[in-house]
Amino acid sequence: MAEHAQSESPEEFKKHLGRYYVVFVALLCLTAITVGVSYLKLNRPLAIAVALIIATVKAGMVAAVFMHLISEKKVIYAVLVLTALFFALVLLIPSFTAYEGHHIITGT
Amino acid sequence: METAIPHLVEPHPVTGIPNGKFGIWLFLASEVMLFGALFSSYVLIRVGAPHWPPEGGLSSEVLNVPLGTFNTAVLITSSITMVLAWASCKMGSLPKFKLWMAATVGLALVFLVVKYFEYSDKFHHGHFPSHDNFYGIYFVLTGLHGLHIVGGIVVNTYLLTFGSKLWNVDREWFTNRVENAGLYWHFVDLVWIFLFPSLYLL
Repeated sequence: MAEHAQSESPEEFKKHLGRYYVVFVALLCLTAITVGVSYLKLNRPLAIAVALIIATVKAGMVAAVFMHLISEKKVIYAVLVLTALFFALVLLIPSFTAYEGHHIITGT
Repeated sequence: METAIPHLVEPHPVTGIPNGKFGIWLFLASEVMLFGALFSSYVLIRVGAPHWPPEGGLSSEVLNVPLGTFNTAVLITSSITMVLAWASCKMGSLPKFKLWMAATVGLALVFLVVKYFEYSDKFHHGHFPSHDNFYGIYFVLTGLHGLHIVGGIVVNTYLLTFGSKLWNVDREWFTNRVENAGLYWHFVDLVWIFLFPSLYLL
């Protein structure tokens, strides 16, 4: 979007502003839903799934629209794919260790 | 002008984007790994703990959910004011840019003030980072995030004040700087979107 916007006149650019307000309202609504759901006291796995799915949707909207990833150059996608790969790897590490350490790592 | 660094405004032939934008995305990639490693540590410690928080109860009872929710709304609002600041540059209005950018900095300060009250309440009850793993994780993650807010305030205040002189030299260059600062700011918002439910609600 940013790339196209450079060739747009200010008037044309102004037409696209609506999407930012839509995302803004959606983010606020999803925040309210996340907090609302937490009061339902769902069982833990379900609560974690719901909260993280909503957070991912929100993050996706911020990245796609506010950070205009929806139409970016290939090189940025390439960087992000690589980052996502390593990020997933880092998040997977606990699943390799948690089995052995269930009672070793305690809260205090 | 002094020696010009190439591709500040016009796209680099290899990447297709100005160097500054490429740079900020590489920086954000490293930030993903920084927060990712800490988040992963949080998962590891939490899965290994018999109870979370260790002292019993629920995270939502230990931390202040209304304040956390309020701060989430504050950051989301600061993200759209940041977008509007950049959009104002695109539409050729420096006064509007200044208005939206001032709002962004103001909201960031509100976030920090709320965080200050949250922290001081915890300290008041003797809950320091060393208290247990829950508070250790809470203070490290929100503290690092708070430092990012401070960094954003510094950069955005610069763009709002001395940095805005660049507008009279090269509008497009200045607009790119605002865009890059915006990318960083939205990322900080994005991190909080994950931190808030993981720390306060689950």
